[in-house]
Amino acid sequence: MNIIVCIKRVPDTETRIRVGDDGTSIDPNGVKYVLSPYDEFAVEAALRLKEARGEGEVTVITLGDDASQETLRTALAMGADRAVLLQGEVTADGLATAKGLAAEIRESDPPLVLLGVKAADDDGQQVGPMLATLLGRPCATAVSSFEVTDAGVVCRSEVEGGTRVLELPLPAVVTITKGEYEPRYASLKGIMAAKRKPLEKKEAEMGPARLQVKAMELPKERVAGRIVGEGPDAVPELVRLLREEANVL
Amino acid sequence: MKILAIAEQRDGLLRGVSREVVSAAAGVAIGHEGEVDVLLVGGEGIEAQAAELNGSGAARVLVAAHGALADYHPDGYARILKGVVEAGGYNAVFLPATSQGKDLAPRLAALLDVPLAQDITGIAVVNGALELLRPVYAGKAFTRISVDATPVLATLRPNVFQPQDWQAEVDVESVEITEDPSSWPTRIVSFEATGGDIPDVAEAGVVVAGGRGLKDPENWNVLEDLRSALGNSAGLGASRAVVDAGWRPHGEQVGQTGKTVAPKLYFAVGISGAIQHLAGMRTAGTIVAVNRDADAPIFKVADYGIVGDLFEVVPRLTQEIRTLKGEG
Ligand SMILES: Cc1cc2nc3c(=O)[nH]c(=O)nc-3n(C[C@@H](O)[C@H](O)[C@H](O)COP(=O)(O)OP(=O)(O)OC[C@H]3O[C@@H](n4cnc5c(N)ncnc54)[C@H](O)[C@@H]3O)c2cc1C
Ligand SMILES: Cc1cc2nc3c(=O)[nH]c(=O)nc-3n(C[C@H](O)[C@H](O)[C@H](O)COP(=O)(O)OP(=O)(O)OC[C@H]3O[C@@H](n4cnc5c(N)ncnc54)[C@H](O)[C@@H]3O)c2cc1C
Repeated sequence: MNIIVCIKRVPDTETRIRVGDDGTSIDPNGVKYVLSPYDEFAVEAALRLKEARGEGEVTVITLGDDASQETLRTALAMGADRAVLLQGEVTADGLATAKGLAAEIRESDPPLVLLGVKAADDDGQQVGPMLATLLGRPCATAVSSFEVTDAGVVCRSEVEGGTRVLELPLPAVVTITKGEYEPRYASLKGIMAAKRKPLEKKEAEMGPARLQVKAMELPKERVAGRIVGEGPDAVPELVRLLREEANVL
Repeated sequence: MKILAIAEQRDGLLRGVSREVVSAAAGVAIGHEGEVDVLLVGGEGIEAQAAELNGSGAARVLVAAHGALADYHPDGYARILKGVVEAGGYNAVFLPATSQGKDLAPRLAALLDVPLAQDITGIAVVNGALELLRPVYAGKAFTRISVDATPVLATLRPNVFQPQDWQAEVDVESVEITEDPSSWPTRIVSFEATGGDIPDVAEAGVVVAGGRGLKDPENWNVLEDLRSALGNSAGLGASRAVVDAGWRPHGEQVGQTGKTVAPKLYFAVGISGAIQHLAGMRTAGTIVAVNRDADAPIFKVADYGIVGDLFEVVPRLTQEIRTLKGEG
């Protein structure tokens, strides 16, 4: 079974964010970029499915600039077979991204497309179900584990207070969250092999971005509060402050 | 400005977050010659819940009731919403940024061919156009965004917008349903509840979160006691370290690769305060930290801290709160 995984290059979660000179995006200087953590789960899920079935091909796709090739190589080093770079501008408009991905995926029409539940940079949480809707396919989001059966794909989707189990006929789109798929580390052999795996570059076909970032701001730094005291003896004073000063009890 | 607010129900009961979304919409509409409709989708008899929206600021509640809509169905709900939005000529459509809302809104966006802003924390009207405030990079920055399409589609983060009380009653109208449920490809198999009656960490008004400092999963009774003393709106959260160790379910993880929460009160117990954890809870109203290490980074964001052994501090805290509430 062939699987496509959509992956994204994002700033490392350790990154201290600074606003760039344009005032609408981050200052890229000194930012280390990584494969988005949720997309790592998705790549891992695809590799496990392929290994369990003993057949099929895992293709990773990203929409972005040339620097995103590095992210594709990371996924190839984990074990993906092929990579596609859709060259285009990534904007705040997830629908524009989804359209670019849909144009490419519509052609190969694989039974299963996996994405991360959200990109760790923009937290858009939208590209997966948008892509599915554009392709006319069913979709399950925030899936912590899934199983391919004769009827389709059975997904465990994490929602408030529980897990919803959904069955989707194939072809389908599934977005992955933390759960079963702790990602593997790429082996040295994997990293070497990744250099020779096919990486195709194409121009992305996407519409205009209609969601404009007018300004980016840093949140008000929380001012460090006070240490009320040490040990259990400080508790009555804490309770008083929560009640009388913060008004939250 | 005409706005549609999407209400959310579970098991036939309106969820509290619905009123937040309706009030946020009304707050925008009222100042700008607008009105707010609410769409309530659910099973037979769901119209009885419309009365819960009296005084929320809405003029009308449109009720789409059908046996096949009792539980959230992504395909069915998306199609019903599309029909109502297109018929209503709305300038904006707001949904709650719950897991249901965040699943549904992108589908609606693609069906309507409009962009989507997920999980917004502020709405303003600038020169007659909506401007939305959105946390990005897991809350490390905010963007102010404008949308070049109609309707403006957004999901609103729970616990951020205050529910209002405007005293006006709503008119209730029903929506005709022409959908054939057998054409919806997704099959809902089951729902497995985990937390019992405990609210989800992303929606709880008060969160008691624990980290590796608890030493053993057995010790969570210490936090559970505090949570229950704090009342029905309190939920449990966890750091990634304890989720990865298998001590707590991942549904409880707060942070960059977990949930982003904005309760009015957040207790960080035995949590060091790594940047990825802070990303998920820095927008909480009041933060309390209990940690035995006075240099733990959590104290840099906490409003109040106690340096000490959590196994001594937390039970005392539970006791004091019980006393305060007249239960001790
Ligand atoms: C270099 C760079 C610059 C950016 N500049 C800005 C900016 O200036 N302002 C701004 O607001 N945003 C910016 N972004 C964020 C931008 O990526 C959008 O937010 C994004 O296109 C919408 O998707 P999302 O991040 O909301 O995705 P989500 O919906 O959160 O992503 C879910 C999943 O969709 C898939 N996916 C998402 N994007 C892609 C992609 N491009 N290719 C393949 N799969 C993908 C992944 O599987 C991901 O896990 C930038 C991103 C990058 C990488
Ligand atoms: C890509 C990535 C994503 C991540 N995402 C997340 C995320 O979403 N959420 C998250 O939480 N983390 C995340 N992390 C992990 C994060 O970096 C930290 O490792 C984690 O938050 C630490 O958890 P902790 O505070 O429970 O444990 P520790 O850092 O080990 O802290 C335990 C604390 O307990 C205190 N303590 C010990 N005993 C006692 C006692 N008896 N009484 C009082 N205090 C005591 C100690 O002083 C210490 O401060 C992520 C990391 C990466 C690399």
